[in-house]
Amino acid sequence: MSGLLSWMIFIPLIGGVVILFFKQEQKSAIRAAATVTTIIPLILSLMMLWEYDPSTPAMQFVEHASWIPALNVFYHVGADGISVPMLFLTALLSMISIVASFGIEKRVKEYFAFFLLLETGMMGVFAALDFFLFYVFWEVMLVPMYFLIGVWGGPRKEYAAIKFFLYTLFGSIFMLVGILLLYFNTEPHTLSFLELIEHGPAFDHNLQLLVFVFFFIAFAIKIPAWPFHTWLPDAHVEAPTAVSVILAGVLLKMGTYGLLRISFPMLPYGTNYFIWPMAAIGVIGIIYGALVCMAQKDLKKLVAYSSVSHMGYCLLGMAAVTSVAGIQGCMFQMFAHGLITGALFILVGVIYDRAHTREIAAFGGLWLKLPVYSGVMILFVMGSLGLPGLAGFVSEFMVFIGSFPTFTWLTGIAVLGVLLTAGYFLRMVQKMFLGEFNTKWEGKLPDMNFREIFTVVPLAILMIAIGCYPKILSMWMQPTIQDLVRLIAR
Amino acid sequence: MLQNAWIIPALPLAATVLIIFGTHRNRAVSSGISIAAIVSGFIYAVAILFNVLHDHGPHEFYFKWLDFGSWHLQIGLLIDPLTAVMLLVVTIVSSCVQIYSLGYMHGDPRFSRYFAYISLFSFSMLGLVLSNNFAMIFIFWELVGLTSYLLIGFWFEKKSASDAGKKAFITTRAGDLGFIVGILITLYACGTLNFGEVFTKIETGVFAGGLLTAAGIFLFCGAVGKSAQFPLHVWLPDAMEGPTPVSALIHAATMVAAGVYLVARILTIYIASESAGMVVAVIGITTSFMAASIGLVQNDIKRVLAYSTVSQLGYMIMALGLGAYTAGTFHLMTHAFFKALLFLAAGSVIHAVHTNDMQEMGGLGKKMKITALTMFIASFSIAGIFPLSGFWSKDEIVASTSGHPIFMVLTLMVAFMTAFYMFRLCFLTFTGGPRDQHKFDHAHESPKTMTVPLMVLAFLAIFAGWVGIPWLSHGFSSFVYHGEPHHAAFHFDIAGISLFVGLSGIGLAYLMYYKGTISPDKVAARFRPLYTLLYNKYYFDEIYDAIFVQPLYAICDFWFWFDQHIIDGLVNGAATLTLWWSIAKNWFDVYIIDGAVNGAGYTIRGTGSILRFAQTGRLQNYALIIFAGVILIWFLR
Repeated sequence: MSGLLSWMIFIPLIGGVVILFFKQEQKSAIRAAATVTTIIPLILSLMMLWEYDPSTPAMQFVEHASWIPALNVFYHVGADGISVPMLFLTALLSMISIVASFGIEKRVKEYFAFFLLLETGMMGVFAALDFFLFYVFWEVMLVPMYFLIGVWGGPRKEYAAIKFFLYTLFGSIFMLVGILLLYFNTEPHTLSFLELIEHGPAFDHNLQLLVFVFFFIAFAIKIPAWPFHTWLPDAHVEAPTAVSVILAGVLLKMGTYGLLRISFPMLPYGTNYFIWPMAAIGVIGIIYGALVCMAQKDLKKLVAYSSVSHMGYCLLGMAAVTSVAGIQGCMFQMFAHGLITGALFILVGVIYDRAHTREIAAFGGLWLKLPVYSGVMILFVMGSLGLPGLAGFVSEFMVFIGSFPTFTWLTGIAVLGVLLTAGYFLRMVQKMFLGEFNTKWEGKLPDMNFREIFTVVPLAILMIAIGCYPKILSMWMQPTIQDLVRLIAR
Repeated sequence: MLQNAWIIPALPLAATVLIIFGTHRNRAVSSGISIAAIVSGFIYAVAILFNVLHDHGPHEFYFKWLDFGSWHLQIGLLIDPLTAVMLLVVTIVSSCVQIYSLGYMHGDPRFSRYFAYISLFSFSMLGLVLSNNFAMIFIFWELVGLTSYLLIGFWFEKKSASDAGKKAFITTRAGDLGFIVGILITLYACGTLNFGEVFTKIETGVFAGGLLTAAGIFLFCGAVGKSAQFPLHVWLPDAMEGPTPVSALIHAATMVAAGVYLVARILTIYIASESAGMVVAVIGITTSFMAASIGLVQNDIKRVLAYSTVSQLGYMIMALGLGAYTAGTFHLMTHAFFKALLFLAAGSVIHAVHTNDMQEMGGLGKKMKITALTMFIASFSIAGIFPLSGFWSKDEIVASTSGHPIFMVLTLMVAFMTAFYMFRLCFLTFTGGPRDQHKFDHAHESPKTMTVPLMVLAFLAIFAGWVGIPWLSHGFSSFVYHGEPHHAAFHFDIAGISLFVGLSGIGLAYLMYYKGTISPDKVAARFRPLYTLLYNKYYFDEIYDAIFVQPLYAICDFWFWFDQHIIDGLVNGAATLTLWWSIAKNWFDVYIIDGAVNGAGYTIRGTGSILRFAQTGRLQNYALIIFAGVILIWFLR
């Protein structure tokens, strides 16, 4: 099918525009329309997986058209082993998030329209192969996100939304300067990823260092790497459930995706120069995030900080640039974290919808009255703390295997994170699910309904499948990763 | 036949899935599925044993599970005599325990879930013993940890139970950190995690020296956690919060033996690196001695058995550290049977009197004949009395210390203490008069589902060790061995001494707790400080709480504060500064820059408003000024 990626990018936008013509009262029609609009890209992404040839690192489904000839700007999209899993994850989580948003009653029309616009932005970022296009999509995402948090969020929504918006924008400025530096240092001037990657080793070394730092700031904020992470807990706590899912599941991955897609292959010298700081930041994130998690009293904040910790593994893994295992571990972690943390945020939303509180200490003994909810929650908690047989373990283990030869001592410290993670999660499980049932909730907390179960089942199946047989994920990535390692070693 | 051995763990896994997603509402069907799965596994394990007796192997079957670059990880089966024995042990004990649980858990509201968990555990444990590489053994290692967590905290309404589950998971995971690092070192040094390939690298000298020692010690950390060795033994006694059959299966017979199994499996490392082997042996005997001494004074029937387990595991670990593969694995097998029996018999007692405290028991032998008899058999076995199972395996353990006098003395002291505390337990529970009349009156012998497994295990506690009788030409030592089969000559001197030590332990217990010739209270008073120290388990829990747990919470609170006030403070501070900056700029704009612009305007306007008076528009005025100018020029000229 030609134009596959374009359809995936723009169908949500079209759907969003169509929804604007609905009447505000037609809530169920709007919800149905939004669901259909996200199911189509999901089906397309499955077709993409079907047609994708995993034996080559070459870009596939490429579309290339002139856009602004004077600046050498093209509409250029394509997918390879780095972006294919991310595109699929985006399509899946978007669909799930839409279904998880059926409880939204306030300004339904605008909510879903913004959400679909957001999906367009995310898909675009993962598919773009031209800096101009990439930057446009990168910024397009900010707007709906800002409104989704700022309008439909919790008590401190304005603060969180502005913080998110400005922080990301702050990073984007560095990225923009970096892009311009690369643009003017190639002859003829180009914004094409592929051409810039080709040109990569020829960039002046000092330029590479400078641009690497600029890009790193932009991407580190998005990841979020320590110490640029403080927007995340605020944004997560205030955002509505489905927005948290997207934020954790997809948006954070754009930081690591940017490093893998842009910084690493375009700036091989800069990358190799900065692997130690990157690994160190990753390890600090792992340990620091886990320690801070232990002090949390709000369930959602705990999950938010656990993201800081888990994304640290991505940085540590990718810093081991000479090993396929490290980068593969990073990409596994991106995918696994998207599944697991996405589901955890849905589950936080489930209990919040019923109890209108997220305070861990307010619950107790939930397993007695909500067996399904508790079972599912504990399953994903186990996934998050890296239990073998589930996806999180495979990625953490690969990260360690990759980073150990290069960063022996740092990896030794990072391993501590495995213990701390078990500590804070089991503490939460004990306080919320074990013990005597807190009688103040008697009769007020029904178990998960069918719609809610539906939203987590696909995530659970994927988490278990990847954990038991990781090849179903690694098969898409292998040649691309090997090629990436070659590009960085230039 | 052998390549289909994966069926053995797959059956219980299927049972778990079926129970959770299908039959959980029907208690009889759920427990039936679970028991059928494990009994079928047992039958298959017997068939495998005969196969392996015929051809020792090792037989290996695997496929690539995950590859990255030039490396890959495998999932595969390794079947050799050790595996065959372990499969048998696990399936027998698990079958007995599950049948026993029909009676013991009868009436529990989460009956079906219990069987789902037990099946999941059986799956994990069987997978663990079948693993052919480090990564896979680690995967199942963690899964047994999960099921142990779930089962210890099975009655999670009780805070003590959920605490114990959490403690078990986290403490064993602390050991697993070392395990992970050990695996990473091994992979880094060998480029493979397959057991056979790693051992080849050791034998060819590729994997040697400090790296090998480091790998050995780090890998051993995993065993220290799982097998509850010093200093990570603290979780096992607390794990007794779980249902008693669980304690029997997981925390006595099988899972805790996984650490011993691991050390045996990778014994090549500890033989190649003597210093790593010595670390293992020292940890083993330290644990054994420490736990036995604590066991002397505990009053909770299950805690006595728990410390006994820790102590016996220490025995096995020590023997392996000294290179005695056959002794360690042989004792692993015999111990599994008699320790499972001890726990199940204790469970039968608890079931009857609804207390764990031996101070409230007494005289129960009259009412519970089968339980008492089987408990005494198991106690004779663990005390190493001829000709029961324990005698033969303990003899080999003691023999393995020949050449290490300190180890031998300590080993014999442990043997003495073991005999003493076991018979203290038996006498306090079954003989004498009832100390709590009410509980005694309500006591009754347990139902058939519970006593039949006791009898089966009692049979094994007597006879299982006979496969290791040194005069057998095809005994245990010519089946399970490392390198060359060794025929341990029977040492009459060693056997005599250890038998004597065991009997004197029993004798002392007899005098103190049956005859009452020596008053236990007076002994306790005589050694008050020592007694207090032992009674409080050397204060390990308190020490760990003070140096690890509490400081950790404080550190976490500090870093959260740091995050909120310093890092986020910087972010918000930057925002505030920007805001002030823009306010200042605004002021500057309004009053200075705009002021300058406006000032220029005002100046011009002011000047203009004055000059304006000159611009009257009247010709006469202009003519007058021109005239005045002409006059002025005239004069100036």
